[in-house]
Amino acid sequence: MKIIKIILLNLLMLSIALGASLEEDSKGLLTKSFKKKQITIEKLTINYKNDERLESLLQKMLVGELLYLKKDKSIVSLESKKEDEYLTKNFFTNKDLETKSKYDFKKIKINNKLRSVIKSSLAKINLFSSDIDTRFKSAKNLLNNLDKENEALLNEALIAEKDDDVKEVLEEASTILIAKYGTGNQKLEAVKKLGDFLSPKSLEILNEIKETSTDKEIQIATLKSIASIETSKSFYAILEKAFFGLSMGSVLLLAAIGLAVTFGVMKVINMAHGELIMIGAYTTYTIQQIMPGLIEYSIIIAIPAAFIVSGLVGILIERLVIRHLYGRPLETLLATFGISLILQQVVRSIYSPLNQEVKTPEWMSGALEINSALSLTYNRLYIIVFAIIVFLLVLFILNKTSLGLKVRAVSQNREIARAMGIKASWIDAITFGIGSGIAGVAGVALSQLTNVGPNLGQAYIVDSFMVVVFGGVGNLWGTLIAAFTLGEINKFIEPISGAVLAKVIILVFIILFIQKKPRGLFPKKGRDAED
Amino acid sequence: MKKTFAKAIVASALVSGMLVHAADTIKVGVLHSLSGTMAISETTLKDTVLMLIDEQNKKGGVLGKKLEPVVVDPASNWPLFAEKMRGLLTKDKVDVTFGCWTSVSRKSVLPVVEELNGLLFYPVQYEGEESSKNVFYTGAAPNQQAIPAVDYLMNEMGVKKWVLAGTDYVYPRTTNKILEAYLKAKGVPASDIMINYTPFGHSDWQSIVSDIKKFGSVGAKTAVVSTINGDANVPFYKELGNQGISSSDIPVVAFSVGEEELSGLDTKPLVGHLAAWNYFQSAESKANSEFIKTWKEYIKDTKRVTNDPMEATYIGFKMWVKAVEKAGTTNVDKVADAMIGMEVPNLTGGTAKMLKNHHLTKPVLIGEIQEDGQFETVWETDGEIAGDAWSDFLPGSKDLISDWTKPMNCGSYNTVTKKCVGAK
Repeated sequence: MKIIKIILLNLLMLSIALGASLEEDSKGLLTKSFKKKQITIEKLTINYKNDERLESLLQKMLVGELLYLKKDKSIVSLESKKEDEYLTKNFFTNKDLETKSKYDFKKIKINNKLRSVIKSSLAKINLFSSDIDTRFKSAKNLLNNLDKENEALLNEALIAEKDDDVKEVLEEASTILIAKYGTGNQKLEAVKKLGDFLSPKSLEILNEIKETSTDKEIQIATLKSIASIETSKSFYAILEKAFFGLSMGSVLLLAAIGLAVTFGVMKVINMAHGELIMIGAYTTYTIQQIMPGLIEYSIIIAIPAAFIVSGLVGILIERLVIRHLYGRPLETLLATFGISLILQQVVRSIYSPLNQEVKTPEWMSGALEINSALSLTYNRLYIIVFAIIVFLLVLFILNKTSLGLKVRAVSQNREIARAMGIKASWIDAITFGIGSGIAGVAGVALSQLTNVGPNLGQAYIVDSFMVVVFGGVGNLWGTLIAAFTLGEINKFIEPISGAVLAKVIILVFIILFIQKKPRGLFPKKGRDAED
Repeated sequence: MKKTFAKAIVASALVSGMLVHAADTIKVGVLHSLSGTMAISETTLKDTVLMLIDEQNKKGGVLGKKLEPVVVDPASNWPLFAEKMRGLLTKDKVDVTFGCWTSVSRKSVLPVVEELNGLLFYPVQYEGEESSKNVFYTGAAPNQQAIPAVDYLMNEMGVKKWVLAGTDYVYPRTTNKILEAYLKAKGVPASDIMINYTPFGHSDWQSIVSDIKKFGSVGAKTAVVSTINGDANVPFYKELGNQGISSSDIPVVAFSVGEEELSGLDTKPLVGHLAAWNYFQSAESKANSEFIKTWKEYIKDTKRVTNDPMEATYIGFKMWVKAVEKAGTTNVDKVADAMIGMEVPNLTGGTAKMLKNHHLTKPVLIGEIQEDGQFETVWETDGEIAGDAWSDFLPGSKDLISDWTKPMNCGSYNTVTKKCVGAK
């Protein structure tokens, strides 16, 4: 193997000596062997450091848009694809090529090892990029793949760097190098300083020094630094858990608000609530299918659409079935359970029983990095905000609008409300429609977190009822607090008990709680509470 | 005149009726869920068997008789599997059955097949620790999937710390038990192994992924060995992506994610993660491209993919046909005898051989997930590996072997006490 490597290297050198260009040398990528590709990339990075095209070459390769024509082995970049037709561009001449069948091309494939080689190559190139974000990412990358050769590069970058965040990462990297390879006082200082950084890399190096160093002073400083990192880490771990709990709570809240309206206000036990959530998720999917060019906005468009679709289905259910069953909870339960099965089968017949792929827009993926020990994922963050907005909106409609007034009047005393001239049956339909519409909106959010399939709703129906009952039937604030309480409890016991047991513990807890307080956390007070 | 004419008609009708009766068919039972949670995976296998029967009939059937499929739907309901199996064997009198997916359904069918002396071909990778006289296991045993995958991570990628994540049921629990014993035997300390179980369809992966991240961020290279089943994989991989864990930081090698599972989801966050199987659709062999072509034509959908359990069904079916032809009868005992030692070319360019313990020899492939939902093979074993019914790494099964040839004829023979432990 080694001999081949040497021969290959020599060949590469030779071609460079002959005054080859990036274009010529990139031909080394057109091989099946990942090892040879790796050697080529490493060479290219050294020899063409200042060539702008190299960066885009590696970038394209990383995302799998670098292909070559089977016929003449020329490297092309993929511009767009339409079914089996590819529109490409010659990578080096930038000339647009005519669309060709995808079978005329072969992708320059990469594997995990190559992926990290490319990333570290890019990190070296991009350390001086004009874009702060790129610089930050490459600095991070460099930190993770640090070795002694990077020292000169690091110092150079440190002098040039203006941005504070990037500077901090670079500083950490250079401190690590000093701590690891430095001597005497310099090393001691570096070890002390590492205690202020939170990244796992620092901890790793400190642990390494702890094992190997024989100097007593350094040993003490190392232990101190490790302790300081551990303390702040456990602090952030608690914050992180709280965030996870909040996020789980927001999902529970979204799933339960609709039910809080239909079950809480109207006293209808709607077993098809989960399916209304599912319909919302499928609406999102359908919108993405109809408008493939607008993935970034599809979620925003889906929110009103899902509200309308689920709301209409809800009104239909109310008018056709539930209307005839008011005051008969057992029959309502059975009928709506039947409806839930019907809705599932309808979706199965239209969309197939397989799960559907709902795409995540760019702005909802990734994480907001507060520091190396704490990062909050964007999708969860948006969903927490969204859940609270939906909650406030429902609260507003019920308490501050004339429709809300009528809804409350009908739910408190139907006969008197009718005597006052309120069309009770019309209000029933509208209320049920709103509750169902909100379930649909919850479905839009859930489509970003879980699988969109015919069984989506079933996973949430039990949780929704749990939240509403725990919070106190008929009390929206109770629902809010119950959702977040259950979320937090779950996330704080999950690491100790495991996910399976955590669910069981929560259920047992609620059963016991209901024994003690059958009306939930915040029972409704007053005369109408008795029924 | 009229009377004789009528007589002739009746007579000829009788004769032709007898002719039909004489050329009767060989019945093939298909016991896969067509509804319920497992329908997604199992329907494909039903179609595969029907396709293979169709193909065989075009070639003239077996022993001059046509094959007749008898399809039943056990509806992802484990006790119903046993009932349907009993029906197939007593009422329909099938000569062979292809069926089951989950281990629990196989366990439910097992006593019925043994009692009524049926013949079952089980085409899915499973946890091992079983060998029945009436069952042929054409999927992988743990030493044909899990152990080689771990070896690959350990030797080729230098992984030192392990997360064993699985769904909470029998296959992941047993597989992880075997893997844990194996890793410990290889000198991995207990503190470097993290084991985690989640319920079916788990969707809130935040804290688990965050734990994995913390576990993997300190010290040596970490990998996740995933026996997470079905649906739950999507949110799991999504969460990995969102928390910034890429396949080059902490690779995940999965035993239950194949082409079929990938076809329904956004593969972007999964690119570069690994899976271990005995077959990939991307395998380059002539038999495979023919199989893919026939499949797409049969199912009339060019987007449908092929996967590992389909190959296992294919091998099982071809072997059974050969065994019946060799035995000259569909008698279960004779066919079972003829099965052992039978060789059939597999779809990856090698040969599958039926062993004495009713398991197959299989090559092991490690593939990286590509953006198009296919796998790129990055590593494979030299040649085929013999399936081992009883794991060598579990204390209870270490000494057991299975041999269904004379004179031993035993599914669980203890080599230390020299006794046959289970039923003969």
